[in-house]
Amino acid sequence: MAWFKRIKQNISPDTQKSEIPDGQWVKCTNCNEIIHRKQLETNSFVCPKCDFHFRIGSEEYIKIILDHGSFKEINKTMKSGDPLNFVDTKPYNSRIASTISKTGLFDAVKTGSGKIEGRRVAFGCMDFKFIGGSMGSVVGEKLARLIDKAYTSKIPLIIISQSGGARMMEGAYSLMQMAKTSARLARLAEAKIPYISILTDPTTGGTTASYAMLGDIIIAEPNALIGFAGPRVIKQTIGKDLPEGFQSSEFLLENGFLDFITERKELRSKLVQLVDYLSNS
Amino acid sequence: MIKNILEFEKPIIDLESKIDEMRKYEDNLDIKDEIEKLENKVYLLKKSIYDNLTRWQRVQLARHPERPYTLDYIYRVFDDFLELHGDRLYKDDKAIVAGFARLGEHKVMLIGHQKGRDTKSNLYRNFGMPNPEGYRKALRLMKMAEKFNVPVITMLDTPGAYPGLEAEKNGQAEAIARNLLVMSALKVPIIVCIIGEGASGGALGIGIGDRILMLENTWYSVIAPESCSSILWRSWDYKEQAAEALKLTAPDLLEQGIIDRIVPEPLGGAHKNPDEMGIILKKVLTEELENLLKIKADKLVKDRLNKFGAMGVFEE
Repeated sequence: MAWFKRIKQNISPDTQKSEIPDGQWVKCTNCNEIIHRKQLETNSFVCPKCDFHFRIGSEEYIKIILDHGSFKEINKTMKSGDPLNFVDTKPYNSRIASTISKTGLFDAVKTGSGKIEGRRVAFGCMDFKFIGGSMGSVVGEKLARLIDKAYTSKIPLIIISQSGGARMMEGAYSLMQMAKTSARLARLAEAKIPYISILTDPTTGGTTASYAMLGDIIIAEPNALIGFAGPRVIKQTIGKDLPEGFQSSEFLLENGFLDFITERKELRSKLVQLVDYLSNS
Repeated sequence: MIKNILEFEKPIIDLESKIDEMRKYEDNLDIKDEIEKLENKVYLLKKSIYDNLTRWQRVQLARHPERPYTLDYIYRVFDDFLELHGDRLYKDDKAIVAGFARLGEHKVMLIGHQKGRDTKSNLYRNFGMPNPEGYRKALRLMKMAEKFNVPVITMLDTPGAYPGLEAEKNGQAEAIARNLLVMSALKVPIIVCIIGEGASGGALGIGIGDRILMLENTWYSVIAPESCSSILWRSWDYKEQAAEALKLTAPDLLEQGIIDRIVPEPLGGAHKNPDEMGIILKKVLTEELENLLKIKADKLVKDRLNKFGAMGVFEE
């Protein structure tokens, strides 16, 4: 038996739940401030007291970033085919079905075209609430087609990542989505069409190791968890606690992997600025 | 003498040692027929065991500590090898070996994961788990191969990209992502061969190509069965089930359309006869390379895009 045993598990970023609970009043995960839902919404789901960025989904990002009513979704109802007939503690296809009815989403990414202050863009945004924002065949294919849309329409591409990585339940198919999306991005880059990648909490695993890290410009929201291996795995490997702020947006910026960090409130104006700098005219 | 015996190999090893024992008396006693009978029995036993391996047993074979690694193949398959080091940015990663090699009359750039054989060499090779500098060394050399029109052959055998502090700090994810981007548009032929473990992004980081081959007793998937078990079952004890669920063997991946060809291994696995394995692999690689050399660079890149573009199963 070990002499010393940790009774209390250390708090690590991946165990924090920052999804917004239902109800009129919301308690900030970070500073415990009680905020009215409406107030939070008008503040782009950022705590007015401590600037904590609540985790939000594609619907919210579309409202925050794109011109009102300009988003036209493509491949909305594309659904996983459960190619491996995967069963863990429950069958993958029933997991998919229950997640669809719970979230109203068909998979972990929404794609389409929209406008930012009149500028047309191809826009994709992931949803962590759909099986941890994991990337399987559907996410890969929808993003590949989105990249193709940017390529054929010659419009800038924007992808917001929010993902735990590749989806285990589709085995090697999920892994190959990294290859699929990266190959499409290579062609997009060849055509000199800009791609802006936005990283939000969390962006890890196969998502980070493919399209999320391949933007001409890579930006992140403050204090997002961004990395390849998850903090728990690293902790197990090295047998030590992780340093404060490890794998945070600020850590990545400091080590040279981000162009900048931006508050959610300024995301839209920053994107306008970037699109103008990156386009030909 | 014999160590590292897997559970399902035991009955074979037992019979084989019995035969060896009998051989000692072969000259004095008339037991030739007996021995022959037993040898036949061993063969049938091997066939029945190796033809019916579970997925988890395949994973065990892929990790067999006596299995040939990249450097073991280099001297069996290639006629010359000139190792090149370093990423020109930070470091030389010992978990990935790379350099010019000759496959018969053809010049190639060879890049492969490298595991160690004992504790000391495993520490030196970081158990075949690359850091970002390994992927960046591969990237540098692949670009150079493109510049001098030399085809690329990669050998995959890793338990995963290293999940460490330095690796994260130096951009493990960026390094892998960059390789995927560059490999998918590289204007020379690329042959990828999984020779052991193909664990997730750590394998794929040097795994994009025109022809994807898998040795018979290897695995390739999005995650190792143990890690999958720990995440989905919340326990390390479901690795066999996880291996089954992930469908990660060579025949599985061929059926899924993710690999192009299975390279047969000597009966009992590559480690039973590395020389024979080398001969088989040399023949296959030469054949594949000569076919690819007939295709123009632009078409290769276009075909590669379509190849990976077709992977995935969904409903519309």
